Amino acid sequence: MALSETLQGPPPTSVEASGWGGDPGKQRRASITGVYVLFAAITMLFAAFTSAMVVRRGLGDDWTGFPLPGILWVSTAFILLSSVALELAQRALIHSAKDGRQQFARLWSLGTLLGLLFLGSQYMAWRQLQAAGVYVSSSPGSSFFYLLTVAHAVHVLGGVAALLYIEAQALLLQLGPAKRTAVEVCRLYWHFLAGLWVYLILVLKIWG
Amino acid sequence: MASHATHVHTPPSGFIRKYIFSMDHKVIGIQYYFLALFSVFVGMTLSVLMRFHMVYPDAKVGFFETLWPTGAPGGVMTPELYLSLMTMHGTIMVFFVLTTAPQGGFGNYFLPIQIGAEDMAFPFLNMLSFWTTFVALMVLMAAFFVQGGAPLGGWTAYAPLSALGEIAGPGQGKGMNLWIISIALFCGASLMGAINFISTLIDLRVPGMTLMRMPLTCWAWFVTAILSLLGFAVLLAAGVLLLMDRMVGTSFFLPAGLVVNDQILNHKGGSPLLWQHLFWFFGHPEVYIAILPGMGLASNILSVFARKTIFGYRAMVYAILGIGFLGFVVWGHHMFISGMNPYTAIAFSVMTMAIGVPSAIKTFNWIGTLWGAQIRLTTAMLFALGFVSLFVSGGISGIFLGQPGLDLYLHDTYFVVGHFHMIMGVAAIFGMFAGTFFWFPKASGRMMNETLGKIHFYATFIGVYAIFTPMHVLGIIGNPRRYADYKEFEFMGPAMSVHTFMTYAAIFTAAVQIIFVINLIWSMMKGAKAPDNPWEATSLEWSIPSPPPFDNFGGKHLTVHHGPYEYGVPGKAKDYVMQIDPE
Amino acid sequence: MLLALLNWVITLATVGLFAGKYWWFPEGINEHAHRYDGHFMTTLYITGVIFFLAQMSLGWTIFRYRSNGGRAAYVEGNNTMEVVWTVGAAVLFIGAVLMSTEIWTGVHMAETPADALTIELNAKQFAFNFRYAGADGKFGKTDIKQISDANGNPFGVDEKDPAGKDDVTSSAIRVPAGKPILLKMKSRDVIHNFFVRELRVKQDVVPGMEIPLHFQADKPGSYEVPCSELCGLGHHQMRSSLIVMPPADFEKWLKDEDQKLKQQ
Repeated sequence: MALSETLQGPPPTSVEASGWGGDPGKQRRASITGVYVLFAAITMLFAAFTSAMVVRRGLGDDWTGFPLPGILWVSTAFILLSSVALELAQRALIHSAKDGRQQFARLWSLGTLLGLLFLGSQYMAWRQLQAAGVYVSSSPGSSFFYLLTVAHAVHVLGGVAALLYIEAQALLLQLGPAKRTAVEVCRLYWHFLAGLWVYLILVLKIWG
Repeated sequence: MASHATHVHTPPSGFIRKYIFSMDHKVIGIQYYFLALFSVFVGMTLSVLMRFHMVYPDAKVGFFETLWPTGAPGGVMTPELYLSLMTMHGTIMVFFVLTTAPQGGFGNYFLPIQIGAEDMAFPFLNMLSFWTTFVALMVLMAAFFVQGGAPLGGWTAYAPLSALGEIAGPGQGKGMNLWIISIALFCGASLMGAINFISTLIDLRVPGMTLMRMPLTCWAWFVTAILSLLGFAVLLAAGVLLLMDRMVGTSFFLPAGLVVNDQILNHKGGSPLLWQHLFWFFGHPEVYIAILPGMGLASNILSVFARKTIFGYRAMVYAILGIGFLGFVVWGHHMFISGMNPYTAIAFSVMTMAIGVPSAIKTFNWIGTLWGAQIRLTTAMLFALGFVSLFVSGGISGIFLGQPGLDLYLHDTYFVVGHFHMIMGVAAIFGMFAGTFFWFPKASGRMMNETLGKIHFYATFIGVYAIFTPMHVLGIIGNPRRYADYKEFEFMGPAMSVHTFMTYAAIFTAAVQIIFVINLIWSMMKGAKAPDNPWEATSLEWSIPSPPPFDNFGGKHLTVHHGPYEYGVPGKAKDYVMQIDPE
Repeated sequence: MLLALLNWVITLATVGLFAGKYWWFPEGINEHAHRYDGHFMTTLYITGVIFFLAQMSLGWTIFRYRSNGGRAAYVEGNNTMEVVWTVGAAVLFIGAVLMSTEIWTGVHMAETPADALTIELNAKQFAFNFRYAGADGKFGKTDIKQISDANGNPFGVDEKDPAGKDDVTSSAIRVPAGKPILLKMKSRDVIHNFFVRELRVKQDVVPGMEIPLHFQADKPGSYEVPCSELCGLGHHQMRSSLIVMPPADFEKWLKDEDQKLKQQ
């Protein structure tokens, strides 16, 4: 039994049996609202980090940037492509009736793999910097670099866990209409993280 | 985040699923409430110890030494122990009392019911948010037991004092690390709660429950959730940066050229003011998080027991929204004296004065509600009226502090301590008492004892005014904050009689709270059976049994036909019309 | 009704407590303090009236409108009143702060007068140290590696800098009466705060920043300086004195200190 079933009991057999005054759309709408609300919170977190960076930069003339490891552009490619894969996967699920699920499974797996590659490339970037003697406390610029990229990677880790969960459901062929909301929410979250990454890498490039 | 397409509401079975790891918003609400009750007793005990020490700093007390052998050698409380008790008092009260019970306690229990929903949008997340809060409290309490004890930098943890580690003083090592971790966990829990509240309120209202038909409690919980969402994310950021300065050698808050305890430190150009900006960007919305639910509740209770519709419902909604929005642009008033740009100070002060306006509007509307009313003085109503009185008293001193010209003297004096205690330490607490007496019958199916309630109310009302009004006058004499004792300063001599008075008032008031606990526990076990609608109130929770069934409405599909404050409606048989009454 | 009565009594007691001035500001010793006190009283009157009226009317409603078995009037609100009290509150509150701006700008945005005496403050856990430039009018360079409290060099004055030889260090701040002072404030370790009640002036001292504070003290005397920002376990013992001296006495003191340094 899936974890969700252990916690909440077996899925309902009819629309009447579902909650929210007999309107199953409510849970779906609430979940979408919830993920957007989550975006607001994460945005504030990174806004706080960004403002700290802007303040620090303006404080004195000891701000030294450093060249961004090239592998970060590979990271960018990985996360953007992964976003595209997940988007296509969602569309396959909604629009094609017959082999929609197979298409979905393939594309979702691709997206998940690219997500893992993103994390791997991040790790390599950190290792490269450390090999060059740039650690978190080496300079104000490096402090912010590690802060922003690690904070983002932590959120991606959560996202990857969600992707793997859907992956498992897809492989077990348990992606009925009930799970569509989960797919939609995961994909939205992933797009948000991709967008956040683009923002961060621009900030680091321009102001780092 | 639970994101399943359909929601199933089958009743849980087994003791653990029903009462420990429950996903039922009602159980979680009660769990939050009892966590807050435990915390408030710890926090109150700490404050009595503090008040005692301020007046008898050299007293030898045997059990001090037993509890704190290093902090109170020979039974005499050291200044560092005093400061750590003070730090923990503030932290426990602000986070684990004022940010839990009003929102996580009452809000969790009653928001879904008041809008017609069977539960919060994400019950699993709800459960997670409570248990994370619980773990956060355990981590915080652990700070008392580690080497060096609890931190001593105040709940505001200003850098560099908070960022330097052990060399800055006892408790600033391990104790401070635990403090930061506890707060970070608390941030996570609050964010989870905020997501739940906002999604639930936006999407799970039943047909007919338009936004403008929601009880003001729901509006208050809604805006509080938004403040939490945006504010706690910034506090989390600040905590991460502080932990990094302490543990991995960064210099976010630590400038160059520091010499601490004769050691030259190697930091590079960080900014202590940055901590203050980040902290207060959260810290100011936080105080509105603490008071808004109480305001919503006061409005609600006043209308019910005045048997009169709320005066100016729309204005009240706009006032709540106004307070919420303006709450984000006034944080600099905590920093007038900080070395911040003086022009910025003026900008912040104008916004600060502006936020006094919606607060004034609410007060006038409360009085307007009472004018021409038919007041029933139940204990819940007494506490709601007490809330209004204390809110006026506490808010008025804000007019002084919001002016940087006057803050030049009053900053960091007991004027400030009196101000925020009156508002948070009393008005908000009265909101919690009012909520308890109001909703206890619904949640437990029993009535609380009105006689004990009234005695508790009157004694507490007198007691809190006795404790906190003199603090304003001490501020005028220049009494600095956060002093373990005043022996070094001649000008404090005449103030000691005031301090002694306040200490005895505090001991009296703390002791009187026992009556409340007795009432609560006795009523839970032996209280008279409560009808479904003991107060003849109109909102949705009063249309269901006391206590409610596990899915709140017993599977019924509701439609709402009326606003929340239809009291004294002319031409009706009863003096109230329930929100779900058909016509 | 008991609550109404209680609210009235508490209100009257509070008004009495403030009106009686049993515990009050110490006498101000400069022009700024008098302006401060004037505006404080203005604010006290405005808030006092609002406080009194609000609490009295709250008590009145509790007393007058107890339930008598009748039905309350159904009054949804009154838009005119809402507008009136919104505008009224805004005018009063914002008006008050605008009136106080002069007090603020007088301290923080004033030009430093040409004849201001510059004094440096270096705060540390748990002492205030002050420095005067001495006869040459120049402050010697400082070097944190040369800080030594034990040897009477809390500023870390560089012994290689001749300008520092005549710098006078003191744990109390002495100033000539009636002369403008510019206090340049620095902290060595954590945030401290310099506060003199009689001056009606208070300013945080922040590590990593040099914060200027202008003031003038007109009345000779010795005034206590309590540190007013939590700085650690000795915060409550971090004390100094502002000693205001007639100008001639101040000059003599400074000369005497200079002599002592020359003899070392």
